[in-house]
Amino acid sequence: MPPYNILIVEDSPTMRQLISFALKRLRVVRIVEANDGVDGLKKLSAEKFDLIFTDINMPIMDGLKLVSLVRTDSNYKATPIVVITTEGAQEDRERALALGANAYITKPIQPNNILDVARKLLKIA
Amino acid sequence: MSREEDKGMHGRAEEFLQVFKKGAEFTQDLMRENERLRYRIIELEESLPNREGASLGDEHTRLSKRIEELEREKEEILNRIKQVEAENQNFAARYIEIEEENNNLANLYIASYQLHSTLDFKEVLQIITEIIINLIGAEEFSIMLLDEKTNEIQAVACEGIQRENIPPVKLGRGVIGEVAKTGENFFVEDVSGYVQDLENPMVCIPLKIKEHVIGVLVIYKLLVQKTTFAAVDYELFTLLAGHAATAIFSSRLYSDSERKLSTIQGFIDLLTK
Repeated sequence: MPPYNILIVEDSPTMRQLISFALKRLRVVRIVEANDGVDGLKKLSAEKFDLIFTDINMPIMDGLKLVSLVRTDSNYKATPIVVITTEGAQEDRERALALGANAYITKPIQPNNILDVARKLLKIA
Repeated sequence: MSREEDKGMHGRAEEFLQVFKKGAEFTQDLMRENERLRYRIIELEESLPNREGASLGDEHTRLSKRIEELEREKEEILNRIKQVEAENQNFAARYIEIEEENNNLANLYIASYQLHSTLDFKEVLQIITEIIINLIGAEEFSIMLLDEKTNEIQAVACEGIQRENIPPVKLGRGVIGEVAKTGENFFVEDVSGYVQDLENPMVCIPLKIKEHVIGVLVIYKLLVQKTTFAAVDYELFTLLAGHAATAIFSSRLYSDSERKLSTIQGFIDLLTK
């Protein structure tokens, strides 16, 4: 099975490491990290990703802007996007999903939630 | 008819009578044999049901015993299945527990790794802030350090509130001062009923290096989705606070030594030039 390319867009190195550590338990993954939305777009244009994790509150370009831009790119129209955020209100969730996110995870993060969502979206048994 | 002819006729009649007699005797024998056989048939017919009944009775007993054995075996198997199911449930519950412990340990490992990845004081504070938001789920909190010269505890970093709004606290005064003095964790009993008060926080955890308190982590508000503390949070707080305390202490020492080194280097430069 070829490794799945996963992009993590998150300004906090601690969070990037936590998400990455959880995802590595899937074993068939290759993880690329980006510091913010702009860095994320650069990485997305450089190679193809199977799954994207993004934070919302980030400097330079936030996660919601990133989601909307990714969805306008024909290469990434169907790529699943997971939003991980501190914003737990229902309207925040609805907004992210309306922009094209496939899943919405709130902090504090639980590695199991990340794993479950990744498995579901990558269709890994 | 002559005398000779009469004699011949009489002999043949005798002969006929003899044959007839033998035929009658043979017929009687046949009838007796017939009677005997009929009687035998009746006897056999009478005895046959008893034999079948006896045979069926034995078979019935044997089968009943076998059924009882099988019923017992079935009962044992069902009991064993119940035991295995119970064991499976225990294993599943244990698996979930281990999985959770594993996750918590992984989180703790990453948090401590990050905390000790730098000797820059500001960076350490930033990492503590990230950990409190992302792992504990706090929205409003502060990191307060004890000034051992003045015995005053002051906020050095905060999230969700302005630092100038956080009042300094004297060692031993109020909840925060008491936690800093005793080194004991403080949690409000009812998280959902807590009303924000900067002097009476929701949670206050001492930053300790062994028994030496260097400051406190103070939480005033949790994220909307975090409505209560999980059992593991209490442990996580203490463990993280321990790592945070060491990281803060090390980075401060390093900053001080760097500053002193820079001052000494300045003096040396002045003397040698």
